[in-house]
This record gives sequence, C-alpha cells and structure tokens, in this order.
Amino acid sequence: MWVLRIVCLLAAGGALFAQHTYNSADIENGGRLYLANCTVCHGPEGDQIPGVDLGHGKFRRAADDEDIEQIIIKGIPGTGMPSHDFTEDQAESIVAYLRSLATAGRATLPGGNAARGKAIFEGKGECLKCHAVKGNGSRLGPDLSEVGLTRRTAQLEESLVDPNAEILPENRTVHVVTKSGEELTGRLLSVDTFSILLLDSKEQLRYFPKADLRTYSLVKDSPMPSYKGKLSNGELADVVSYLSSLKGVGNL
Amino acid sequence: MSLRSLIKWAAGLVVAAGTLAAQVTFDRILNTVREPQNWLTYSGSVLSQRHSPLNQITPENVKDLQLAWAFQARSLEKFEATSLVVDGVLYTVQAPNDVVALDAASGRTYWVYSYTPSPKARPCCGRVNRGLAVLGDRLFMGTIDAHLVALDAKTGKPVWNTEVAKPESGYALTHAPLVVKDKVIVGTAGGEYGIRGFIAAYDVKTGKEVWRFHTIPEPGEPGHETWAGDSWMHGGGSVWVTGSYDSDLNLTYWGIGNPGPDWNGDARKGDNLYTDSVVALDADTGKLKWHFQFSPHDEFDYDSVQVPVLVDMEWQGRQRKVMLWANRNGYFYVLDRANGQFMLGKPFVKVTWATGLDERGRPMKAPTAASSPEGVLIYPGNQGGTNWYNSSYSPVTGLFYIPSWVEYNTTYYKMPAEYHEGRTFGGAAMRANIGRRGATATRLDDSEGYGAVRAIDPKSGAMKWEFKMSDVTDSGVLTTASNVLFTGGREGYFFALDARSGAPLWKATVGGNVAAGPMTYAVNGRQYVAVAAGSALFSFALKP
Repeated sequence: MWVLRIVCLLAAGGALFAQHTYNSADIENGGRLYLANCTVCHGPEGDQIPGVDLGHGKFRRAADDEDIEQIIIKGIPGTGMPSHDFTEDQAESIVAYLRSLATAGRATLPGGNAARGKAIFEGKGECLKCHAVKGNGSRLGPDLSEVGLTRRTAQLEESLVDPNAEILPENRTVHVVTKSGEELTGRLLSVDTFSILLLDSKEQLRYFPKADLRTYSLVKDSPMPSYKGKLSNGELADVVSYLSSLKGVGNL
Repeated sequence: MSLRSLIKWAAGLVVAAGTLAAQVTFDRILNTVREPQNWLTYSGSVLSQRHSPLNQITPENVKDLQLAWAFQARSLEKFEATSLVVDGVLYTVQAPNDVVALDAASGRTYWVYSYTPSPKARPCCGRVNRGLAVLGDRLFMGTIDAHLVALDAKTGKPVWNTEVAKPESGYALTHAPLVVKDKVIVGTAGGEYGIRGFIAAYDVKTGKEVWRFHTIPEPGEPGHETWAGDSWMHGGGSVWVTGSYDSDLNLTYWGIGNPGPDWNGDARKGDNLYTDSVVALDADTGKLKWHFQFSPHDEFDYDSVQVPVLVDMEWQGRQRKVMLWANRNGYFYVLDRANGQFMLGKPFVKVTWATGLDERGRPMKAPTAASSPEGVLIYPGNQGGTNWYNSSYSPVTGLFYIPSWVEYNTTYYKMPAEYHEGRTFGGAAMRANIGRRGATATRLDDSEGYGAVRAIDPKSGAMKWEFKMSDVTDSGVLTTASNVLFTGGREGYFFALDARSGAPLWKATVGGNVAAGPMTYAVNGRQYVAVAAGSALFSFALKP
C-alpha cells in the first residue's frame, strides 16, 4: 500500500510548519483496516471507549501523525491498546481515515432513542421483512446484527433516506431467467466465469451454471424503499440510534 | 509425428546415450521439441513459446480429463512455480524456497530440500518462487534472499550456494534461472526498493560469477545520460521473469522492470535505460548487443517483465526471426530479434497513457497522462494489460495468446519518494477499479473490468477471439499441437479452450487462484497437464 503523504511547507511568519494531507485512496484503505481491526473496541465513529474519541482530530498521547502511527503499531503498554502487526504505510492509512472522520459529514439528525427505534424497525418500518438482527428477521437483505460496528451514523442515515446512494458490491441484487423459463430475483452471492450463486426470495441457496440461463443481470436499484417522508425526522433518528447500538453477537 | 512415435524415437535416443540418459545435456534443452514428454526449462523451450508438441489430449477428448494426483504444498504463499519434468521426475518449488522432487505419474514425493531464507529477505510481493533450471544432474534455484543454489537432482543435496546480492538492500531472486551452455543466468528482483538491477551468469560447476550486466548503465557507459544526477544508483531495473535464448545468434533476451521510484519520475529525468526494456545480451560475455525500450521514463510501473517469445515466421513475404511481446503497458509488439528493429506495435487492451507509437516504436505520451498529487486515471492500471504470467504462441494456429486485464485502470496520486536502504521506494498512492484480492466477485458488467485470454494474430496485431472471465487472471497460458489451450484464473478454475476459436472445452474446480503457468508432460505414453492453484499442484490426465 502506498500512502500519500504530502508535506506542505508553508512559510508563515517566518516559521515553517508541516501538515499532512491524505487522499481518498488512503482514507478508503485506512477505513477498511480500521473497520476490520479497530471497531470492536473503538466503534465506527472512534468514540466507543468512554473518554477516548479518535474521530475529532485531537489525540491526547500523540503530538503528530507519526506518533499516532507508532501507537497503532506498538500499542500503549498498561492499557487495553494492544500492538498491531501493521506496516507503517498501513498505520498511516488508518491515521488518514481517522483524520477524515474529523472532517467528514456527521449525522444531521438529532440524537434518537434506540428503544423507540427498535419498535419502529420491527413495527411500522417493516425492516425485518428484508433484514435480520441476531437471527430475527429475513436473510434477503444485509444482516444488521453488527451494523453499528461497520457503518457510521451518517451512512446509516443516508441508507434510510437514499438507499441507492451507495450499494456495496456485496449487497447486489441479480435477476436471472433460466432456459426452462424460471424467473427469479435474489441476493447475488458470487458470480464467476461459469456460474452464478444467489439467495432467492424463498431464502434458498441457488447455483446456476451460466449455460443454463437465458439472461442474467444486476438489478440497478436497491430493493430497499426510501424512508424519506415515510418516517418523521424524529423517527429516523430513533432508527439510526437503534442501528448504531447493534454491535454484534460475538463469536458464535 | 504422433506422440507414440515421438516417444519411441526419444526412447531410442535414450538407449543410444546409454548411461548418460539421466543427464540433461544443453543439447537436450536446445532441442526440447525432440522429447515433448519432458519439460526441461521454465517456458518449455529456450524459445519460450509455452507450446507443447504433445497431442494425446485433443479438443474432442479433453472433456474426459480427470485428476491424476495433487500435491499439497506446506506453504500458504502463492504457488507461482512452473514445474520441470525430467524422464518421469517432476521438480517444483514449495514457496518460498523448498525444492520438491515427485514421481510425475503418481505425485508421490522422492525428496524435499528445505532452504531457510535469511530473515533479511524482503521480497515486495510475496515470498514466492517461479521455478527451477536443470542441467546435467543439477537443479538450480534462486532464493528470496538473493542466493543461487545448485542441488543434486537425485538426492536434493546442495552442491553450491552463491550469494548473488544483498537481501537487506531489497534484492531477491524469484524467477526460474535460465541455463545457457555451461552457465546459469539469473536477474535480481527488488524494483520497489531502489536497487540497481543486474543479470549475471554463473558457472554451473562452481557457482562462480562469469559475467554481470547492470540494467542501469554507470557513469561512462552508453545510456547513463538517460538518468538525471545520481538517480541511476537506485533506479530499479529489476528482473523477475525468465529470459529466452537464440542459439543461432547466441543471444539471451531478458525483460527489465520498472524504474525506481516507481510512480514519481521527478528525480530521474530522462528515458531511464534499460528499465522497461528488452535487452539482448551475448550469452558468453553478457555484452549488450541491442535493446528496445517499451516505456521510456515510466511512472506507471510498466515492468517489461514478460517472457520474450521467440518465433521464426514469414513476415511480408520474407522469413524473419522475431520476438513477440505483450507488454504490461498495454501494447503488443513484434521486434526483429537479430537487431531489435521495431516491426509492429498495437494496443491489445485499452491504453490512455500514450496516444500511439512512432515509426520506431517509441510511445507518444498523452499530455494528460502525467502523474500528479490530485490523481490521474490511467489505462491499463498498475498491474498492466498483462504482467509476468506467460503468454503462449502456437505454431499450429499462428496465434499469440495473452492473459489480459481488460478495461482495467488505476488512479495514481503522486507523492514524494526518498531512498532508504531496504525500504520501499514508490512515490504514489493508488486505487484500481478491479483486481483486489479477496473481494466478493459480484461484477456482471464488462465495463467494470475483467480478465480474459485474448488471441492475437501477430502479423497484424488484430484480436482473433477473446475468452472472458469474471475476475482477473494471474495464470499463464499453455497451448498444445492438438489445439488445446490451458489456463486458469483468480476464480479457482483450471480450464481448456479450443486454441482456434476460444470455445470452452473443459473445466475443473481447483478451488484457489491459479497464479502460475500450466505445463504438460508424458510418462509411459500418458500425457499429463499440471498447474499450481492455491497452495497445491494438480496434475490431470485422460482416464488410462
């Protein structure tokens, strides 16, 4: 991984000072590492540990970005922060991601009530028709049991009001028509040169050799409806609050 | 000549040679076409066509191929080696540097030679090895800590071990050595670490260096003026795929890697010879006979690390000794291999970094294709239109087959690069549209990019057919005299196509990335096709 580090040397009042900027590739790579390695303790917003907020651009134990990298790699002895087997470039990309958290759009909705959100999620929102939480609900849409670990509140908010804004590659929907005339739509699990694997609307795992299909294509729009106008801002905030509270079920 | 009569003929030779039968003479390596049951050098012959005269497996019966055996490597590294087969014994490398001798018909192990590389080894892109060379009763292997080791082929015991370069500076040996006469030739990897690459020849008996060719000229040598200031000292020019040899011209050909730092050329103004070039060296002395540079002053990591494919063909009414080359930079080239003259150049995938080639084959760089901190999107992407995975030429179809990454781009964000010994020397961050390992394969639209085998008519550069894969491919291509083409890809299939049309004929699920070139051999008249996938080696044959 090649991390962009531009040192902008600015002559200001006769003094030189240095500041890093990072590009979107760093942030994307760092975000992937952060979500895979850091969220269990720090949460997607970097603020899950009381008194430790990694997402606001200020760091108690680090004077500059190199210090943060070293903490990521070496850990902090005597605390819950372990060492990590990252390269410096990887650690630097995580710093890039943390810096981006500080400047990225925060959620716009007011704080909600998770318990009320759960009721809306399971009730008038009808979310369980497609999603599951801890084994309860449908397998057709993404499982949300740990969505609070993997998605930030601003992303959750966006998905509720504009589901087509970002469809992750692992959440694609495929439409196939077999040569025998069967037509179905399902969650695309894998496609390769010779076959397509999907979960159909009856929650059955299906394997199709492409040779047996008349047509196959991606469904461009998300099957998820927009809740804009269907739920009030207060209700949306409650649902986001509920989703943010979903931190997984541990290792089963 | 049929397989059976070929084998009988070869068997006759073996009997005539008496006790020397097991010895792999250089004459045998020069004339591999006489003994297609064996695979005596990385690319199948010193011409490197990856084409076998074996014809037992045909487009008609290939559907009946079945697994003969599998060998599970005790390694989780990529299995990039092409095996050798010598008279029924298969030699391969378990990554990083264990040599394994197997019975080629049963897959059972004769011996394993375990080599522990120095902890100072730091190969950029996996602790991998692409194979061995053989001569006499010795095997030769380059190691990731930049040693060259000779082994007794019967016992696996080391005979000599020569340090080729310093691993702590980023040097490594990853490709299969090339034997020419009484020398074993290797080049050094390390193009991401600011090395100064070289190709060197070693005496097969003693392991002593006989000659060395630096891929970057030093002060006073021609070509040195193509490097600004001291940039030549850490300019890269790595070598990590096996070269070829023409015995009439006594020239050995090698593809040279990228300049360093890879993606920021500011400090190395000039063409940066002989990076991204092919060099033709006198095989006895290592003296440069000619060179051809594909990508002068490269900032997109377009290593010319492809196997030079040597073909004698009719060209505009005249018989010519040519070299076919599908380059990482997205162009397909035909060169005269006697003198390096440019004969033809045409993109085989989408190219945006250049607007075309001039009459001497030099690219005309697109004005928009300058690396910048804001990012510039370039086709083909960083891994190239193709890469180290071997192409194949079939003299039967007259076509050239390229493992290709199609509609593949990378956005480069330029950054400063400073040389520190043994550390990466890159100069950019980047993002590619496809090719991430382990990503869920959910692409259904060609415009998102895909892997393919593309069949090119070398006389025109025109594409004759293409076989599309969903994911990209790191697999080499093998063709046989019976018009069967074998290849694989990241998806974990190994499959056969009709070399004339690209029609799929057979496939096997091998369950892991095919990141090596397939090869074929025969034992007791039965033809096998072997390929590595994941961390295992598979050998297929028709039902006996």
